[in-house]
Amino acid sequence: MTTVPAQPARPDPQEAEQLLAQSPPDSPPGDGRRGLSRRGFLGYVVAGTTLAVAAELTTGARPAAAAVPSGPQVAEVFDLGDLQTRSALPTSQLITITLDGNGVAHFAIPRMEVGQGITTAAAMLIAEELDLPLDKVEVTLAPARPELVFNQLTGGSNTMESMYTPIRVAAAVARGRLLAAAATLLGAQVSSLTARSGVITDTAGGSATYGQLAALAASAQTVPVRVNLKSTSSFRVVGTPQNRVDARDAVTGRKKFTMDLAVPDALPTMVCRPPTLNGSARSVQNLPAVQAMPGVTDVVVVDTGVAVRAATFGQCIDAVRALEVTWNPGTVAGESDESVLRRLKAAELPMAVPKVPLLARTVDLRFEFMFRSSAALEPNCAIADVRAGRATVWAGLKSPIVAQRNIADALGLPQTSVKVNVVTGGGSFGHKLFGDAAIEAAKISKAMGKPVKLMWHRADEPRQGRTHPMATSRIRATLLGSDVLTFEQRHTSIQTDFSHGLGERLTAMAAELPAGLGNLGFAQSIFTLTQELPYDFGVVTQLLNEVDMGFNTGSMRNIYSPDVACANELFVDQLAKKLGKDPVAFRLEFLKNERVKACLRKVVEVGRWGRAMPAGTAQGIAVHSEYKGATAVLVEIDCRPETVNRTVRDAVTGPRVTKAVIAIDAGLVVNPRGLEAQMMGGVSDGIALALTSSNHLQDGHFLEASWDNYFYTRQWNIPPTFECIVMPSDRDLPGGAGEAGVAASVAATACAYARATGTVPTRFPVNHGTVSFTPKTFVPPVPASPTDGLSHTY
Amino acid sequence: MAQHTFTVNGEIVTVDVADDVRLLWVLRDVLGYTGPKYGCGINVCKACTSHINGKAFNPCSVRVGDLEATDEVTTIEGLAATAPGDLHPMQEAWLERDVAQCGYCQPGQIMAAVALVHKVRAEGREITDADLDAIRNVCRCGTYNRIREAIRDGAARM
Ligand code: FES
Ligand code: FES
Repeated sequence: MTTVPAQPARPDPQEAEQLLAQSPPDSPPGDGRRGLSRRGFLGYVVAGTTLAVAAELTTGARPAAAAVPSGPQVAEVFDLGDLQTRSALPTSQLITITLDGNGVAHFAIPRMEVGQGITTAAAMLIAEELDLPLDKVEVTLAPARPELVFNQLTGGSNTMESMYTPIRVAAAVARGRLLAAAATLLGAQVSSLTARSGVITDTAGGSATYGQLAALAASAQTVPVRVNLKSTSSFRVVGTPQNRVDARDAVTGRKKFTMDLAVPDALPTMVCRPPTLNGSARSVQNLPAVQAMPGVTDVVVVDTGVAVRAATFGQCIDAVRALEVTWNPGTVAGESDESVLRRLKAAELPMAVPKVPLLARTVDLRFEFMFRSSAALEPNCAIADVRAGRATVWAGLKSPIVAQRNIADALGLPQTSVKVNVVTGGGSFGHKLFGDAAIEAAKISKAMGKPVKLMWHRADEPRQGRTHPMATSRIRATLLGSDVLTFEQRHTSIQTDFSHGLGERLTAMAAELPAGLGNLGFAQSIFTLTQELPYDFGVVTQLLNEVDMGFNTGSMRNIYSPDVACANELFVDQLAKKLGKDPVAFRLEFLKNERVKACLRKVVEVGRWGRAMPAGTAQGIAVHSEYKGATAVLVEIDCRPETVNRTVRDAVTGPRVTKAVIAIDAGLVVNPRGLEAQMMGGVSDGIALALTSSNHLQDGHFLEASWDNYFYTRQWNIPPTFECIVMPSDRDLPGGAGEAGVAASVAATACAYARATGTVPTRFPVNHGTVSFTPKTFVPPVPASPTDGLSHTY
Repeated sequence: MAQHTFTVNGEIVTVDVADDVRLLWVLRDVLGYTGPKYGCGINVCKACTSHINGKAFNPCSVRVGDLEATDEVTTIEGLAATAPGDLHPMQEAWLERDVAQCGYCQPGQIMAAVALVHKVRAEGREITDADLDAIRNVCRCGTYNRIREAIRDGAARM
């Protein structure tokens, strides 16, 4: 290194590095990258007038090849998280932390916060490694950064796994620079200094705050710096329960979502959508009349319908309802649940039971999973300001680079002329992986020649928005004596849309993937990367086949696992029954993985598995293993008539889960409070998936148009008793958490239902057979807002 | 257009907007009070829950023309000022239990919770499980259990 600092007062970075290198090694030498010790990494001081530090986004990622021995299922050793962590290794991609004169560290995370708590966790990592109080760390969301190529996608519960090391490395570089600057300022040796809570003190009583040191510690050049990270055992912040950094804003109404942003002249805009899925407008009969309605400024036909811009969203709703449009049919005209199920059945790949002894018994079950809306409470929305030659967009986007490219394509602009700002989302659940609203808003803004704030009506979400695809899962196993010889699964699904960026990653990495994976079809590859049967069931094959019928799909917290786990765990209960074994004893006998077993034992103990229960009520138990972690869930369900037949206005009551206990091993836990929150949400999702929430397809459109049609879990459905146990882990990296709670929850609820009613449910959610509401009109596509609100005050 | 005068969070406001525009849009799009959220527009999701004259209501289902000049609207932004201290005790309880996840439903949840406590107090009783079961506010992040705990805690602080 030959860099010379511009100002003599500034410490030589080389010297600083040496000083750091002299600090006592707090880790045993290991086999880390670049010959550094296990916690030794390279970071950078970035040129600037205040301290700025950086690390490569891929610091610490495991090389794919080393992680993949042969033998076990692919997902056990190299999973979707590895794919994502690994996929950007060849490029140089920096994440940067800057420290301002007030001693506040700023970090724009190239990921999206949707409630999963990544901004809090990232702030905790910085606070830890930099010895700063948590409230002196400000984490914002980075806009689309095309140079990050594949590495700006928030999905697959991969954020903490991929960001853990780079964030810490950058923060450690900053700490080192601050110590060196303090040494110069205080005339002391670095080894005699202590950094604590944003202040550096020496043994003689001198001190300097990070704010005072921020400019001194800056560098005129960008230089690499070698750092050691703190040892896990010395953590003071990481691993302790912390409240969300945005909690106060959330409870005071100050937290801003896309719809709350004030962008000049971006007036409320909505779209009158077709009565069938993906239909299009042929002609508008009353355009001038609607154009003249109060508040309305513009009405234009776009590919998704007829867009209306007005002074208020209320006036948009009125205009949308007033439009008289002749529609072209959509992509699934005439289709219904039953016709789609027939297509899936026809596409199911045949079983191919290997040769088994004559005396072997066969168990065969087939499950069906209906369409489900992945919409969050915040509906799709985006702000777009498209001008001649450039465009600016604001939206909740988990894959902003892909959205940026799609917007550029739609507008006929170079990608560099499109600025994409990522806004914190009001939930995502997979929905915001796609830039649907951002692309639509950009097209409308271009057509109108004005900025727009586009919002989807609630009714638009289940009817035209993305859904988790309908799927079937067929499983066959053979038993001999008390052994399971074979286990075959054929999962057949309406095609899942992966055009949000994951597809490109996989293609780019095809050659590096574990044996054979790159040769599989894309969806089968994802299936293989995510599915891991945790049981030792002899010869196991799990195959996916997909049917493309023109639905708008996507993953929904998460891709295949909730359905696959539900099918598998119900099936496992039936195997246990055939062999006359208790569901827990059977699982413990066949589970391969100690982490999964430990979680199972934990919920058995805390949830008091096997306790006496009245008839019509039962316990159910299930496990799941994914994202290098493990979960087990025990629920108790009440299926007695007095419970099932409770009436709540405009609601589905039905069986009630009365208790849920979940144990999770998520590897190293950054924020246990955040993890528990994710698990509570996962259980809530699991209950809805098993019992109540689905879309009904009839005659080419979905019937649901309201939260009182699409029955996500409500207060009257939740288990009054909920307990989450975060398992101690020996892993030194965080695993995925955002999705981990769902799969075992839906499975445990289904298993409990089967045990309480004596009937194994085969179609999910179990209430799908009944349409428990009067469908709202399709023309107009959105309901009128009521006017009687003042007679319902309380 | 017509002029409408009423009070929002202690301030008298006058807006020039058609009678039948629902109050939610007057608050959000005209006056800039973005605390009340849109989740349905048909009085189902309860994300817009605010208070009128101290009682919970859903402004997505009230025409601005139906407000009287004497009506006092309180949104989440104005809740803290209705009690002593920096924050309303219900907000404190919410922070204590770190209830919010994405936060989108939470302004409505908190406003509903405060009104529920007032209601049961007026009835001379404590909050029951049945009261909590009857809350209609949707939370798509599934924070329901923390909401229940925070309401009981907040009630104790109120
Ligand atoms: S937006 Fe008012 S109740 Fe849903
Ligand atoms: S916290 Fe996200 S909807 Fe309730």
